[in-house]
Amino acid sequence: MADTTYDRQNPAYYVLIGILIFMSIGPVILLMANSLRLDVDITSGAGGLLFMPTIRNYETALCDILWYEPEHLRFCTIRFGGAFINSLIIALISTALTLVFGCMAAYALVRFKFMGRDSLSLSTLAVRMIPPAVLLVPVFSLWNNAFCIDNESLVGGWIRDMVGGRGDVCLAGTHSGIIIVYVAMNLPFVIWILQSFIVQVPRSLEEAARVDGAGPFQVFFLVVLPLIKPGLAAASIFTFRIAWNEYLLASALADRDTMTVPILIVNNASEFDGLGTIMATGMLLAVPPILFTLFASRQIITGMTAGAVKG
Amino acid sequence: MNRQNVSRLTPYMFIAPAALVMILALFYPIGYMIWGSFREWDPSQAISETEFVGLQNYIRLWFDPNFWESFTVTLIFAFTVVLVEMVLGVGLALLLDRNIRGMSVLRTLFILPMMIAPVVVGLVWRFMFHQTYGTFNRFLGAVGDTWWGGFLGIGPVDWLGQNPLLSVMIADIWQWTPFIFILSLAALQSLPRSALEAARIDGATGWQQIIHIKLPLMAPVLIVTMLLRLIDAFKVLEVILVLTGGGPGLSTEILALRIARTAREFRELGEAAAMSNYLLMLLMILTLGMFAFTRWQEARARRLKFAAEEEG
Repeated sequence: MADTTYDRQNPAYYVLIGILIFMSIGPVILLMANSLRLDVDITSGAGGLLFMPTIRNYETALCDILWYEPEHLRFCTIRFGGAFINSLIIALISTALTLVFGCMAAYALVRFKFMGRDSLSLSTLAVRMIPPAVLLVPVFSLWNNAFCIDNESLVGGWIRDMVGGRGDVCLAGTHSGIIIVYVAMNLPFVIWILQSFIVQVPRSLEEAARVDGAGPFQVFFLVVLPLIKPGLAAASIFTFRIAWNEYLLASALADRDTMTVPILIVNNASEFDGLGTIMATGMLLAVPPILFTLFASRQIITGMTAGAVKG
Repeated sequence: MNRQNVSRLTPYMFIAPAALVMILALFYPIGYMIWGSFREWDPSQAISETEFVGLQNYIRLWFDPNFWESFTVTLIFAFTVVLVEMVLGVGLALLLDRNIRGMSVLRTLFILPMMIAPVVVGLVWRFMFHQTYGTFNRFLGAVGDTWWGGFLGIGPVDWLGQNPLLSVMIADIWQWTPFIFILSLAALQSLPRSALEAARIDGATGWQQIIHIKLPLMAPVLIVTMLLRLIDAFKVLEVILVLTGGGPGLSTEILALRIARTAREFRELGEAAAMSNYLLMLLMILTLGMFAFTRWQEARARRLKFAAEEEG
């Protein structure tokens, strides 16, 4: 049925495809090229794509975590390294938590009949629409005022003595504060995607395991999880991408020590004197998702189509 | 024996972690926001000390022309980009739905824009739109001395200053057309072969096949795709923030951006909360529309299947 020979196409067709590819990845290539150029060359437009690449911009961007002092720098003004590490911590931990919680919930929604299942599954779908901007006001306020441990209380006093903070300990300004928002924000999507994968796991396998005496959690972790690996891969890429790229909530919740890369880029984007450096920073932020796309495009496409095409 | 190791509490144990996080960081904050929208909410006060003002925040917004301007800009932005993306995406899918070499590489290259951080997209496009050294003006020959510059005779275009809304739309279309493209390509490739085959034998031309067979068969997927994208288009914020910051004037200040500014610059949390609720209501209507459509479609599919079984 599936013929392996390819249709012959008009040469004009290939020209068109070439143009489309150029339009699609041109801006990315431009970003990469500019990150390897001196500011002078970027603004004068000298050389087109033929130029001597320099890693200066990357040295400037990464100056706070380099083990040597770049010779062209007198001060290390951009603290990209720390922000990069914050981004990694926040994105990786929130992705892991979202996946674990999400696939457990998706499994329950698919396999068990229980009270409130329909309303739960419906509300999961509905909260997918909530824009981060809508969460900004309440989350900012709660994390700064309500979700604090009073430093007069037992736990608060202990934290104050151990860590040595001045005032109350609040969720705002901590990694966990941002992580918990990202997990909540991504859960609906992950539950939604994983449901369509779990439905396809044959029930007979689970029943066989159950007959052998496995409990529900053993069935889930040892039988179901290994079977939905492609779904987990797709879900993790999407979750990581959102947590890695998100700006608004992070900017409201992070302080100087927990700020992520997107915040750094927005704060510096309007200063055009560090053009090459900011491009290098952008490139470093873009690299992980690009690598994902190149290695796992099949999973990404499956993940995207799982929802819409199957309805 | 089997029965015993699935207790009545098991499903709740599976749900609990997810439910807990979502209640803590999603449902509770939204309830809190709704409550706060009825108050004169200053970020420095504890909310219990703030004054209850009833619907005042909502009414003030209702009569605020700036709010309506943002509202209009948001609607224009969302509907225009989705419309253009649909046309381009579906067109591309129809064009590329052939048995060609390197299709998977092509699809990989096309989904790249969607994966890149919006702030980075904003950064690159800000550079490309730049009046004196931006790529577009350089390409138009408007700056520098290219041999085609005088030939075209177009002066440097102030993209972000003169055509701000158009500029942010172009950036969004670049990033999200691939989404429509991939989904419609998937829909195209899962169409029943027999229908297409039959049309071809009956001598339908390419156009006739597209209009009478492919598009109608793809319609359900296309509508769901469009609604998904529409809901997402209301979430766009970072690209616009980096490109224009909402300006010049209010020309690109979409609602999400206005909420963020009201909360952070003007510190009017009550008003920002009321605005968030207006946005939520709008999205709720769209989402309910999507639900209703999917339900209707499922019911229709079931009926059709039933009818087919009756016949066969």
